[in-house]
Amino acid sequence: MALLDIKDLNVTFSKGAERVHAVRGVSFAVAEGESYGIVGESGSGKSTVLRAICGLAPVTGGTIRIDGQQLADDRRPDFYRKVQMVFQDPYASLHPRHTVDKVLSEPLAIHGFSDRETRVEQALEDVGLGKGFRFRYPHQLSGGQRQRVAIARALILEPRILLLDEPTSALDASIQAEVLNLLDRIRGERGLTYVLVSHDLSVVAHMCERLMVMQHGQAVEEMTRASLQSRSATQDYTRKLLIASLGYRAAQEEQAS
Amino acid sequence: MSVADTPRREWLLSDQPTSRRQARLGQMYRTWLAFRQNKLAMIGLGIVLLLVLVAIFADLIAPYDPLISGDLRTARLVPPSWDHLMGTDDQARDIFSRVVHGSRLTLMVVALVAIIATPIGLLVGTTAGYFGGWTDTILMRITDIFLAFPRLILALAFVAALGPGIENAIIAIAITSWPPYARLARAETLTIRDTDYIAAIRLQGASSLRIISGHVVPLCLSSVIIRVTLDMAGIILTAAGLGFLGLGAQPPQPEWGAMIAAGRRFLLDFWWVATMPGIAIFTVSLGFNLLGDGLRDVLDPKGRG
Amino acid sequence: MTDLLNVKNLRIAFPSRQGPVEVVRGVSFAMGRERLGIVGESGSGKSQTGRAILGLTPPPGKATADRLEFDGTDLRQATKAQWRDIRGERISMVMQDPKFSLNPVMTIGRQLTETYRTHRKATKAEAQERGLEMLNAVQIRDPERVMNAYPHELSGGMGQRAMIAMMLVTEPELLIADEPTSALDVTVQIEVLRILDRLVSERGMGLIFISHDLRLVSSFCDRVLVMYAGQVVEEVKATELTRAKHPYTKGLFNCLPKIEGGERPLPTLQRDEAWAL
Repeated sequence: MALLDIKDLNVTFSKGAERVHAVRGVSFAVAEGESYGIVGESGSGKSTVLRAICGLAPVTGGTIRIDGQQLADDRRPDFYRKVQMVFQDPYASLHPRHTVDKVLSEPLAIHGFSDRETRVEQALEDVGLGKGFRFRYPHQLSGGQRQRVAIARALILEPRILLLDEPTSALDASIQAEVLNLLDRIRGERGLTYVLVSHDLSVVAHMCERLMVMQHGQAVEEMTRASLQSRSATQDYTRKLLIASLGYRAAQEEQAS
Repeated sequence: MSVADTPRREWLLSDQPTSRRQARLGQMYRTWLAFRQNKLAMIGLGIVLLLVLVAIFADLIAPYDPLISGDLRTARLVPPSWDHLMGTDDQARDIFSRVVHGSRLTLMVVALVAIIATPIGLLVGTTAGYFGGWTDTILMRITDIFLAFPRLILALAFVAALGPGIENAIIAIAITSWPPYARLARAETLTIRDTDYIAAIRLQGASSLRIISGHVVPLCLSSVIIRVTLDMAGIILTAAGLGFLGLGAQPPQPEWGAMIAAGRRFLLDFWWVATMPGIAIFTVSLGFNLLGDGLRDVLDPKGRG
Repeated sequence: MTDLLNVKNLRIAFPSRQGPVEVVRGVSFAMGRERLGIVGESGSGKSQTGRAILGLTPPPGKATADRLEFDGTDLRQATKAQWRDIRGERISMVMQDPKFSLNPVMTIGRQLTETYRTHRKATKAEAQERGLEMLNAVQIRDPERVMNAYPHELSGGMGQRAMIAMMLVTEPELLIADEPTSALDVTVQIEVLRILDRLVSERGMGLIFISHDLRLVSSFCDRVLVMYAGQVVEEVKATELTRAKHPYTKGLFNCLPKIEGGERPLPTLQRDEAWAL
């Protein structure tokens, strides 16, 4: 049985008379321990899917099941112990007036953990930051260090599912490699389940076993890593993305031929 | 910076604080260093500190009793001299002593209004902004009603209903001064509400109360404090205005506005009676304004040019 | 061939509490009418290099150079009047985010025609025509609508193309593009690059393409300068990037994940302090 099972998910944002149908009937299932990718361009609704799972976007149709249990509209406290999220921009996802220590102890305080000291230190250790970072403010950290703190925050409640929303797109290439390796290692160690959203096919190919391509709020095609690596897409849009990922010169040649 | 100070300074400016306390103090020290760069703000801080010191040590500083009249035959309406630095009024009281003691009333007005109005404004504003919808509509319409009246008129109405006196004047001013803070806090909250760090804390399962008090309020606080500081001049003037109209402090209390009102009758012949408390009001208002500007420069990154 | 742009020993320093900090430390290069890429990570000084060429180093920063020549004109000694003739007219700059570079309360059309008219003393009708022509050139399908639109009414890709049109309306000889496509989707990215490419090959424009994306730059430019800690650590022909010699360039190239699969974990960049010396 799939750990995360989404069927016919619809998300509609309404503001006054305006309605934006951001996700239209998307279905997918992720098994325990699997890493699933969602690829698409801006406005494809890929991040909205993640936000809908967390209850941060208005679900207007379809079901979301975790462990076979359908989620109620209001997320119960135990949901947050199972599912956590890492956001795209590490410069926007940490409270500017809170130290790393505060960021990491807050979830522990909310859920009534008693051994906070050791857990905070352990969490920093796990993401490759030493004790020296514990009492720093976000402005004293680099982008990569901030994202490590955000990952530590997501892991500190020991969730089973980690939702990753473009976790490296705001980072330099060399830092991206470090963060991707960290995420990969942690998944191996803890048997976590990932849903990773990215616009970058190569990141998804590296991190995920299966993936879904989205466009205009709809699922275009579902692929395995192997079919992505052999570039055997069945849909035009996926092919277009694959060509664009080759870089400018190759894309020009591809188009000419 | 002397040699002995250097280790402490380094401890404060450390990039790797080892305790919560060090992190917080370091942050405050950095803010102070930035604040110190601004000369005008330092002058403002100096004036405000002077006001506090004068209020505390009023009994020691004032050479005469502020309430008891002197010899009405010889010491009435005496111009400024070494005996009476600011002259005397028509009751033969030493104006300098009255101005010094009046600082206590001014400080009380300022402090009480800040203590009453700031939390109300923050609470209403952040709650309305965070929840939105009906909560927002109701709270903000109430705020609008208060905003629709000119402050002095509304304060006048309150004092008229409650009865004249400095305490009622303070309550009236506090009640009329929170709406702008609520608006400000709401506007800030609307931008904060949709940030990723608030989404992240919601995902940790935090309650709305926890999010507002622990995560939203601290971010609104600095802009509200700046606004309150800048408003202090207006609050002092409103208090003085109420005093001038006879609705604030009652005689013989040495309230600066009431003193001006009393001196108005002899403005042409005995100018110092009204002018001296006027200078005091002017100086303190200026001090708060300079301080507020300086605080804005360090606390509010948006204002930095 | 004389150089279009010649930069020798460019240094940019910002004052700080501990004395001046140099963010660009002796950058030298010369270029003709070609596509030159400048690649580096954040803080490498690549954007400051681009700004300094146009004399746009933000205060209190100070830029100095032994030589800074554009088509024979010494930019270090340029007067205000000379700068007016150069900026926007002969050298243009495209920034990363069109939202910050377009005036939000003016229609695209007005901004386009005004740029043209300040430099060319053309009539309104001529400017209008020229604006439409430029929007066509950057492949905007319905230029009339875009002319009357405000920046917020355009999507990211449209805004960026309108921005490029505005920078090109005066037919500059040199275009400095600072991350012009980073905010765009990959499919739109390729289109924008195609426009820039055509301008270089058809109009003989020089292009400085500043980006963090080594792969993109190498697939688009002729030559690439790799910057690290304010210095150029290596200059390579774009086609020979896989044979780069400097360990930083190599590391930067290898740490990118590949669709075809590769090492796991990804090789990470081991920074050597000697590179920053």
